[in-house]
Amino acid sequence: MGVVYDSYSTRDAFGKSLLEMAKENPQIYAVSADTTKSMGYEPMRREFPNRVINVGISEQNMALTAAGIASCGGKAFCATYAPFAAMRMLEQVRSFIAYPNLDVKVISGLGGLSGNVEGTTHQGLEDVSIMRCIPGIVVVVPADSCSTEEITRVITRHNGPVYLRVGRGEVPKVFDSYKFEIGKANPIKTEGADIAFICNGAAVHRVLQADKLLAEKGISAQIIEMPCVKPIDEDAILAAARTAKRIVAVEENNIVGGLGGAVAEVLSSLLPTPLLRLGIADCYTESGPHAELMDKYGLDPIEIASRTENFFSHHKSV
Amino acid sequence: MHDIPYLKERAKETRLNILEIAFKAQGPSHPGPALSCADIVTALYYRIMNIDPKNPAWADRDRLILSKGHACPVIYAALAQRGYFPMEWLKDVRRVGGNLQGHPDMNKTPGVDMTAGSLGNGLSAGLGMAYYLKDQAKNSQVFVILGDGELQEGNVWEAAITAPALKLDNLIAIVDYNHFQSTGATDDIVPIEPIVDKWRAFNWNVIEINGHSMEEVVSALERGVAFRGRPTVVVAHTVKGKGVSFMEHNNDWHQKIPTEAEYAQARKEITEGI
Repeated sequence: MGVVYDSYSTRDAFGKSLLEMAKENPQIYAVSADTTKSMGYEPMRREFPNRVINVGISEQNMALTAAGIASCGGKAFCATYAPFAAMRMLEQVRSFIAYPNLDVKVISGLGGLSGNVEGTTHQGLEDVSIMRCIPGIVVVVPADSCSTEEITRVITRHNGPVYLRVGRGEVPKVFDSYKFEIGKANPIKTEGADIAFICNGAAVHRVLQADKLLAEKGISAQIIEMPCVKPIDEDAILAAARTAKRIVAVEENNIVGGLGGAVAEVLSSLLPTPLLRLGIADCYTESGPHAELMDKYGLDPIEIASRTENFFSHHKSV
Repeated sequence: MHDIPYLKERAKETRLNILEIAFKAQGPSHPGPALSCADIVTALYYRIMNIDPKNPAWADRDRLILSKGHACPVIYAALAQRGYFPMEWLKDVRRVGGNLQGHPDMNKTPGVDMTAGSLGNGLSAGLGMAYYLKDQAKNSQVFVILGDGELQEGNVWEAAITAPALKLDNLIAIVDYNHFQSTGATDDIVPIEPIVDKWRAFNWNVIEINGHSMEEVVSALERGVAFRGRPTVVVAHTVKGKGVSFMEHNNDWHQKIPTEAEYAQARKEITEGI
């Protein structure tokens, strides 16, 4: 199956849009925990060195520095790898960014398995689940570089706390152009009577591949990209449940509490519907190339297709 | 500019308000750690800080972060006296629906510049404020009050090592060195000595004072504001529960409600001066 890769990574896409936004808005500051180069700040640093602050290897310090900037009227970014952004500095994000509703964007790199060869300590396996239970924060997981550029623009213009997850290497291209609205799903394929996929991040491309395999078996699927996990588009989930009657959530995150968890909450409360949650199966991972890890940890298109097929057969009569 | 005798009188009022909160709040508040920094906070709000109580959101104002947020009755007292909100609010500390939370909340309480309470976080937030204000060409100062026990928090030292590297001379930390933390004497738990050497080693301008001498407090803060090139830390030697005989050096008053008799006795001692 031919895969076309983006020419640059989602973190570079973020950095490109950040520079663009920094030119428009002199109140934008970017704080790094020695992550200036690794998180895409470099273009902004070259142009606006005073507005990119490296506080050294101190993530909590970085998050609070951003909070301090925002408390005085700035629009602050802070950026580090997903396990540190979501766990090392979690309390700072919760109590000093989200609780006071400060205009801080937390940019989380090496999301999902894109921490690849670095291994489990550097992979964001649970960050979406963790961030999703913080009141008031927007949680976004883009699928590719094109969408990351537009999402960066939109979340920057938004006044309030945001958690944006980006990756590391080049990821397969999904979109040629992109529109994003906070809290809104992006329907990619609306025709499909048997199954509705709800997916985000690097899993979207895997779902597109799985969909082709399912089509060969006569199973027709809708595909809904859900870049914004919080607030989640309840209407889109309910509409998919009504028309497809079987939902498959696919994400590059632990299947506990992430996108699948959010979909489960909506469905169980409002419209109980059979749901299959695919992703990293509540386990730790290992070092390896990103694509290989995705294959091994629940996101192989062949496995997505076969598990979806079984799920469909099991719930055929609903 | 208010003179020293006036500031001393105001500090008495600050202490009386702290006691009122201790007596009337929902559940126990923290009178001991509030009394230890009452002189410092009074000096800041009545003389040192460039603020406008009628315009709490004034962009060019100086900022204060009470990083040892549990001592918030001290800033609630000063803010009420300065007219940020009605004195009646002091009766509703820690109550449901109230604007004066158990720990400072920047969105609920006018005049609170940063949400605080979880220890160890204030200095980094102050660092961000100081950097931004300086880069935006404002003359604003940022003051951060830390507890001595709070210095056991690692994040304090992340900020401490970073602020001099960023040459943040508009950042002034104040250590309220009252020798106690929640469960006992700091020296018996994890001693913070040699505290002056520690800050010097981190490349701060260090000023050591008696935190209950209004003359020394004012002088140290003014020297800190004037100092250029590096951040300043004022190590203020204080007494937990200062001003009330039975609260001084008695860590039972870290968090406790006084009885009516204790409240009356404490008010008398502060009013008359012990």
